[in-house]
This record gives sequence, structure tokens and C-alpha cells, in this order.
Amino acid sequence: MRPESLLAAPLLVPLIAAVLSLVAGRLPWLRRLFGVGGMALLLAVAVWLLALVRAHGPIATQVGGWPAPFGITLVADHLSALMLVVTGVIGLATSTYAATDLDDREVTIGFQPLLHLMVLGVCGSYLAGDLFDLYVWFEVLLMGSFVLLLFGPKGRPTRAQLQGALKYLVLSLVASLLLLIGVGLVYGMTGTLNMADLALALRRAETPALVTATSVLFMGAFGIKAALFPLFFWLPASYPAAPVATTAAFAGMLTKVGTYALIRTFTLLFRQDVAFTHDLLAVAAALTMLTGVLGAVAQNDLRRLLSFHIISQIGYIVFGLALDTRLGLLAAIFFMVHNILAKSCLFLVSGLIRRAAGSYDLSRIGGLYAHRPALAALFLVPALALAGIPPLSGFWGKLLVLGAGLEARQWTIVAVAVLVSLLTLLSMTKIWVKAFLAPHPVAPPLATGPTGRPVPLALVLPTAALAALTVLVGLFAEPLVDIARAAADELRDPTAYLQAVLGPKGVPR
Amino acid sequence: MNALLVLLTGALFGVTVHLLLQRNMVRILMGLMLGTNAVNLLLFAMGRVTRGGPAIIPPDQTALTQPFANPLPQALILTALVISFGLLTFTMVLLKRVEDVEGTWDVDQLDDRPPDGQVSGGLETADQADADEAPP
Repeated sequence: MRPESLLAAPLLVPLIAAVLSLVAGRLPWLRRLFGVGGMALLLAVAVWLLALVRAHGPIATQVGGWPAPFGITLVADHLSALMLVVTGVIGLATSTYAATDLDDREVTIGFQPLLHLMVLGVCGSYLAGDLFDLYVWFEVLLMGSFVLLLFGPKGRPTRAQLQGALKYLVLSLVASLLLLIGVGLVYGMTGTLNMADLALALRRAETPALVTATSVLFMGAFGIKAALFPLFFWLPASYPAAPVATTAAFAGMLTKVGTYALIRTFTLLFRQDVAFTHDLLAVAAALTMLTGVLGAVAQNDLRRLLSFHIISQIGYIVFGLALDTRLGLLAAIFFMVHNILAKSCLFLVSGLIRRAAGSYDLSRIGGLYAHRPALAALFLVPALALAGIPPLSGFWGKLLVLGAGLEARQWTIVAVAVLVSLLTLLSMTKIWVKAFLAPHPVAPPLATGPTGRPVPLALVLPTAALAALTVLVGLFAEPLVDIARAAADELRDPTAYLQAVLGPKGVPR
Repeated sequence: MNALLVLLTGALFGVTVHLLLQRNMVRILMGLMLGTNAVNLLLFAMGRVTRGGPAIIPPDQTALTQPFANPLPQALILTALVISFGLLTFTMVLLKRVEDVEGTWDVDQLDDRPPDGQVSGGLETADQADADEAPP
């Protein structure tokens, strides 16, 4: 089998799984089986693809057989393949969690097919080799996420969900508008939309200043998707309102697609005025870190707090990109993987806490350490990883980002990053103290108290698996660093990427 | 023709921005609608509007005869149209639903109210739903 044949698999698997779990209709167990099985298959395929990319370098295929600048191109390099694997991991964990967390009726309405449709959009965005395709995959992902977001208890959206979805929807549509404007202008300047072809065409663009101006449109569009400062307001409004499994999936997939698109376009395409674009990104990154964590410190609701941390962590990734060095990109990619695992895990843990204590509100829960020591341990692993305590994954992520920042002599932003790290630890400590150590406040009418419902093992399992991965990445960071280094090298020198898409003859030396 | 298209696109974008900054949800929706059309016109203009035949090679020839119209923008616009149609329809339904629940079209009034679970609106709130599903 030629390695290119595998490229369509990460798209076909979620599509087929979505259709199958949709027609499974009134048999909730079959729906769950297709949903979870599809994600497991996706993960297997993604790992296989990553292995192939490790062996052969970037792989590209032209759908329908039209040669590169004309056909629809699917490309997988190290970055894409790695992101696909992580998406598979999160998909598997969240769909397993949802299979138990949501009751039969909620499953019948269709969580699993929707999750698969969203994952289809996510995988498509990672594989797209064409700017317009990227836009289309973004829309696929958005449509899935809109409906998932409105997926309320007993199938009806709550008020918070409606309001959150309103903000998310309108801002997403504005982002799509910006992206499409950018796509149109780039097409008008170069006459091509294939990313590899564009990379070459933009290098010899007659008016680099115009290209730079257009690149800011892309920065705005992807910045909204990635929740970059000052475009993040939709995130804390919409994420906490959805069911836990949805929020965990969003945390691990959606903002990261925006970040991926930023990394892709600002390494491959928009290199006309690095001093301007990447400095802009660096300032945005610093402010994103700071506002995110300051927002988090002020929160009392577990999931709102965690949502603000998503924003803050995006800052670290974009900072790595903004440095525009090999170490910076390596750090960004490593950090992104660590962050997806730790963040989704934390959201799943928040669901367990809610089950055990009856509320997400930190002022209404407490005393969990005495009653649920295992849950406390499960919370500590991703929380400490997020704060960057060795030997967990976050320690290496932050070490790499800070090292890259010091190497590039960005003292101010490194100082901000260190401060944000401390504040992250502070807000994790806040959860620890309020939910686990402090005695339970006088039982309020709505909470069921710390001796509430037992936590099913089927919910603990995916959560524990993610936590174990965080530990594993921390203890054995080298393989992941190797992959991230290879990905960073490909981003720094896109010759292999261009040759994979355009053929060996299509790329001038 | 190109100048006309560019002017029209610019004007539409201006109106879009104005409408998006309004507080009334219907106006925001209108803004999004106009915006998607403005983008489609932009894509059209970026493909260089020329008078010419369709981009089809006649059976007895091996290449296109000049002048021919650029077919790509049409494909792009068609795709973008379908996508925006779907998304805008969804937005319309969502806005109506928000208005049903909140009783207002004004986005500012949405935020002034307390969040979920602290207001008696007759609607099932998240916390009440939680209480329902908890065992006795």
C-alpha cells in the first residue's frame, strides 16, 4: 500500500462513524458502540499515519488525481499527524466519558454523531493543503460544535447555553467572514490557493506590504478561533455552559485548530514582514496569557475558571510561534500537546467533582479530600501538570517555552510567562483548597453534599487514562520532543512539504 | 465593471460593520447576511471580471480560446453561499430561540440579568436539572 492512501482515512473514519451512529437511531447502546469504536479506530489510523510520516517525511495526495495547484490537496506532515493523534486521544476519552455520562435519551438525540462530525472538521483542518479547503473544514467543525454546544440537560438548551452559543456563533461567523476576505484577497494577489503553491507565489509577491496587511486578516480570523487576546470573550461565555464531555472535547480540539492554523500560515505563508507580524503575535500572546490567568483567578465556578485557563495557555503556544525560532516552534508544539491532554483531563475531572459534590460552584462544595482521596489524586495530576510542576508534562512544556524565550532575548514576555505560571499554580491551589481541603459549607438546598452519588468507574477510566498520559509525557518526554523537533524543522524549512505537494520538480531550490 | 464591484463591496462592508455593532439581534443578523454577500462579491472581483466565453475547451481543440471567464471564483462563491446559507439559517433559529426565552432582542439586556439558576423564568435551569437527575 502506498502511504498516501492512508491520508483520507482520518476523514473517512469519523464520517462513517457519524453516519453509522446516526442510523443506529433508537438503539442507544449501538450508538455508543459506533461512537466510541469510531474514535478508537481514528486514533489507530492517526498513530499509523504518524508512523508513516516519521518514516517517509510529509505525505500528500491529490483528491481526484488533479495535479497540485488545481486539485484538492491533503497533506500530513509531522505537525498535522501529531495533532491528529492527539485529536484521536481526546475524541476517544470524551466519547467514552459521554457514553456513561449522558443518559439514553441524550444519546438518542445524538451526541456521538455530532462529536464525530466535529472531529471530521477538525481532522480536515489539520490535513487541508489549500486555504479555501481550510475555510470549508472550519465551517464543518463549526456546524458540529454549534449543535453540540446547545446540547442541554434533557435535550433542551439552558439559558446560559443559549447566551453562550449566541456569542460563540456570531463571533465565529465574523471570524469566517474575515478568513474568507483574506482568502479572496490572497487569491486576487496570487491567483492560487494551494498552500504550497502560495508559499512560492507569496515569496515573489510584487507588493509584500499588501500581503502583510492581508495576513492580519488571517491573524484576526484564527485569533478568534484560538481565543487570542483581545478576541477571546466568547470562550468563557460558551464553554462552561455545555455538558462536561462537550467542554472537554472543545478544550482539546477547537481552540487548538485555530492555533494550528496560526502556526501553519505564519510559518509557511506570511513571512514577508516577520518583524511586524510576529511581534504583533508576541504582544498578543503576552496579553493573552495575562488576561486569561487574571480572569481565572477571579472565578468561583470550576468550569469558568478552567475555561479562562484555556485562554491563558493559548498565550504560551502563540508565544512559541511568535519567537520564530526552531526552539520556539518546538516548544509551541510540545506545549500544545501537553495542554490538550491536561486541559481535557481537568474538565473531565470537574465533571467527576460535580458528580461527587453536586455543584461546580467552589463556594458550595468542599471536603472532597476526606471522602474521595482517589478523586483528589486524579485532580492533582493534571492540575500540577497545568501549573508546570516536574516531572509532569507541563514542566517540560514551560521549560521549553521559557528556554526559547530566553534564547530569543524576549525578557519581558518571559517574565510575564513566569508570573502567569505562578498565578496558574495559585488558582489550581484555590480549587484544591476549596473543593478538597476545606470542610463542606452548610449543605445548600441544591447540592447533594460530599457523600452524594458514587462516581462510576466508566467515567473515571477515560479521565485516569488522560492523567496517565500526562504523567507518561512528563516522564518520557524525549519521543514527543523528537516529533516536535521534526515538526519544527519542517515548519522552518518547508522544502519537504512543498516537494510532497508539488512534486520534486515543482520546487525551485 | 471592476471599479463598480469594488465600490459596492466596500459599501456593503461598511454597512456590515455598522450593523454588527448594533445591539439589536435582528440587525446583527442582517449584518452577517450582508457581510457574506459582500465577501462573495469580493471573491468575484478578485477573480478579475472579464467578458468572455465559458471555460470549456471545444471538442476540436486542445486549449481554451481567449478570452474566457475565470471559473474558479464561481466555484468558491457557490461553496461559500451554501455554507453561509446553512449557518445563517441556524443563526436565525438560535436568535429567535434566545428572544423566546429572554423576551428581548437587545443583546445588552441579556448580560444585565443574573446567570443561570438565580432567576425564576419558568425555564428549567442547569442546577434544577441537576437536582432532578440526582437520586433521592
